[in-house]
Amino acid sequence: MTPLSWSRRGLMAAVGAALVAGGLSGSASAQTPPGVLIVGQIAEPKSLDPAAVTAVNDFRILVNVYEGLTRYKSGTLEVEPALATGWDISEDGTEYTFKLREGVSFHDGTPFNAEAVKFNFDRMLDENHPFHDTGPFPLSFFFGAVEKTEAVDDMTVKFTLNAPYAPFLSNLAYPTGLMVSPAAVEAHGKEFGRNPSGTGPFKFAEWRSNEAVVVERNDAYWGEVAGTQAVVFRPITDANTRVAEMLAGGIDMMVEVPPTSLGQFQGDGFSVAEQAGPHVWFLILNAKEGPFADKRVRQAANYAINKEAIVNDVLEGTATVAAGPTPPAFAWAYNEALDPYPYDPEKANALIAEAGAEGAELTFFVTEGGSGMLDPVPMGTAIQADLQAVGLNVKIETYEWNTFLGEVNPGLEGKADMAEMAWMTNDPDTLPYLALRSEAWPDKGGFNSGYYANPKVDELLEAARTATDQDERARLYREMQTIVQEDAPWVFVANWKQNAVTSDRVENFGLEPSFLLHLQGVVKN
Amino acid sequence: MGGYIIKRLISAIPVLLGITIIVFLIMSLIPGDPATAILGSYATPENVEKLNRDLGLDKPMVQRYVIWLGNMLTGDLGRSFSLNRPVLDEILERFNATMILAGTAFVLCALLGILAGVVSAARQYGLGDKAITFVVLVGISVPSFFLGMMMILLFAVNLRWLPVSGMYAIYGGGDLPDLLKHLIMPALALAAVATGVIARLSRSAMLEVLRQDYIRTARAKGVPERRVIMGHALRAAMVSIIPVLGIQAGFVLSGAVYIEIVFQWPGVGRMLVDAILKRDLLLVQGGVVFVAACYVLFNIAVDVAQSLLDPRIKT
Repeated sequence: MTPLSWSRRGLMAAVGAALVAGGLSGSASAQTPPGVLIVGQIAEPKSLDPAAVTAVNDFRILVNVYEGLTRYKSGTLEVEPALATGWDISEDGTEYTFKLREGVSFHDGTPFNAEAVKFNFDRMLDENHPFHDTGPFPLSFFFGAVEKTEAVDDMTVKFTLNAPYAPFLSNLAYPTGLMVSPAAVEAHGKEFGRNPSGTGPFKFAEWRSNEAVVVERNDAYWGEVAGTQAVVFRPITDANTRVAEMLAGGIDMMVEVPPTSLGQFQGDGFSVAEQAGPHVWFLILNAKEGPFADKRVRQAANYAINKEAIVNDVLEGTATVAAGPTPPAFAWAYNEALDPYPYDPEKANALIAEAGAEGAELTFFVTEGGSGMLDPVPMGTAIQADLQAVGLNVKIETYEWNTFLGEVNPGLEGKADMAEMAWMTNDPDTLPYLALRSEAWPDKGGFNSGYYANPKVDELLEAARTATDQDERARLYREMQTIVQEDAPWVFVANWKQNAVTSDRVENFGLEPSFLLHLQGVVKN
Repeated sequence: MGGYIIKRLISAIPVLLGITIIVFLIMSLIPGDPATAILGSYATPENVEKLNRDLGLDKPMVQRYVIWLGNMLTGDLGRSFSLNRPVLDEILERFNATMILAGTAFVLCALLGILAGVVSAARQYGLGDKAITFVVLVGISVPSFFLGMMMILLFAVNLRWLPVSGMYAIYGGGDLPDLLKHLIMPALALAAVATGVIARLSRSAMLEVLRQDYIRTARAKGVPERRVIMGHALRAAMVSIIPVLGIQAGFVLSGAVYIEIVFQWPGVGRMLVDAILKRDLLLVQGGVVFVAACYVLFNIAVDVAQSLLDPRIKT
């Protein structure tokens, strides 16, 4: 029992334990089984009730278990039939009549029909519905225009809207509009979110809290059956750990790879998928007071900020430079003629001098993180440096995300001159309608925190919302984009490209512009 | 002894009540409300107000506190809105995982720490002492989350001996070897700092005792050195080591928060961090009170153990 032998034991304890473990792991290797796809998610889902959740993370599971009346055509953000086979819209745009798909059953065996559709919307929208208490339903305002839902016959359902509302069809394709089994809601009540039942290509199998949600192939699916026996969604909240799991073979697919980690997956054995989506990252400028009340200073900020450098250096190429308020992913409504503001500090200097705003002091709200905010602190400091270079003195105030929203959403007046913001939407209507109209100033319940106002933009957005013809809507949105770009109520910075990494055992996988994760066709060898 | 335990338990009541008030106040006063956290970009004042009403958060603060406290006394901690299930179910499930991790780490750090301290003290300034002192210093200095990440890179990513994260394998696991495989790295990473602290304190406690006259007497009488150290000295030194163990148990429990995140261990620490970010008031409040209650009870147990060991402590 000499001290040396003791200390050696002490020193070797960790190594020894690891060696023992190495022996243990010999039998069960890190390889995941074939036919079972293991997906590394960013968080534990809140619930598997589509009407009750708001996070993209949860939507990624839901769209494989449930379907809506409509869906996004693969590779686009255009709407196509899903559980409905077709629809008629009344002349005035307030009545939508859907023919439903025959022979579809929920996973619990009950039939999908008009009564089921009516149950779904009444549960969400009617406070007197017996199962309204299975909520709250935070995104029910997506269907706020629905006045009533009627089952015309077994396979026909009619929605009456209180006013024409063109985004209705694409909102039906959004996860909030996914159809749940009324029988399952009746059976499980508040616990439905943990006992989900839909019509999708996968059916729910098991939810082990904080470990995994398992879904299995629905062999009775009305369409083409899924390519894998099962999909396991694992919540791994720490990005570094998620990357390590992917490198070690513990998961087959991971989403939201941090830009700085992408390089680790460039070699053999992995493939990286990228897809631009309906995302825009911008700076809200306070157009009501201070230097940015002058359009020339707002334009100067757009010229002064080196957006190429931000997307290539800070974001490592995981985003592209934004040209205007509408992301290019809305291909049908996007104005191809718009070019982003070029990086031109001299022009910015000239505009600032013209406006007499040299040396202005600006307060800039920056968030530490948050949904869709990418890398907000480094992006904020890069922007600060660019504005400093044209003689604007920017003072950054940093907030945690929820606090940040609490500061920014009520409006910037009296607090700040500019703030970071990002949105992901499902329809070209949503963001400009909620954040650029003069009727959407914070005191009127909107998100126009920079108090931009242009009557022509208001008019175009109202018209686009009530037009039922898609070409007409597209024309109106394009005109709106031209005006907004010129008025520069925001600095248009970046459109994020979503990414995912898969191992070489995964085939047939692609990301969708909707940012939803459809795994039906994926094969795992 | 029974009276002493009851006295200590009664004195814990105001402590716990104070904790409920503090945690409730902090969660109510931090900026950002649950409705904003749920709605994210869609948090219009109108939507926030409606959702807050649905969540029952529109009532005055004092009233909400009294309702919460009253429900808690009947064992109802409410329903987590970020996980959509009863808070108590979630905490118990998570607490089990944390106890496995923190318990293992605590046993490891107590055994290794005391052992290292005893060996160091027995051969003060010898080669073994110096080697142990060096390792202990490294253990204390390296942040546990960093140690954890380095272990993952070495043992899981490069050597592929151990799984990166989680508590059980997703497929074909669930048995004891599977659990141990997942437990080794987080338990060692979590134990590292506390092992160092305990080793240093055990060393000085032992040195103190070894200088006493009765040790010299024992040695003079020809008692074998091993019995002098393990029997005579360590027993006396334990009186000053045990309170340190109690304090370190608290550090291990709070250190578990980082380790649970790095290793994605499904424990209370990770739950609390997620819940704070989501402003899940009831889950944070319930979780903090639960952990605090465990800590208070553990400390009482330590005091009782100490009084059993040292008759000088009045009960």
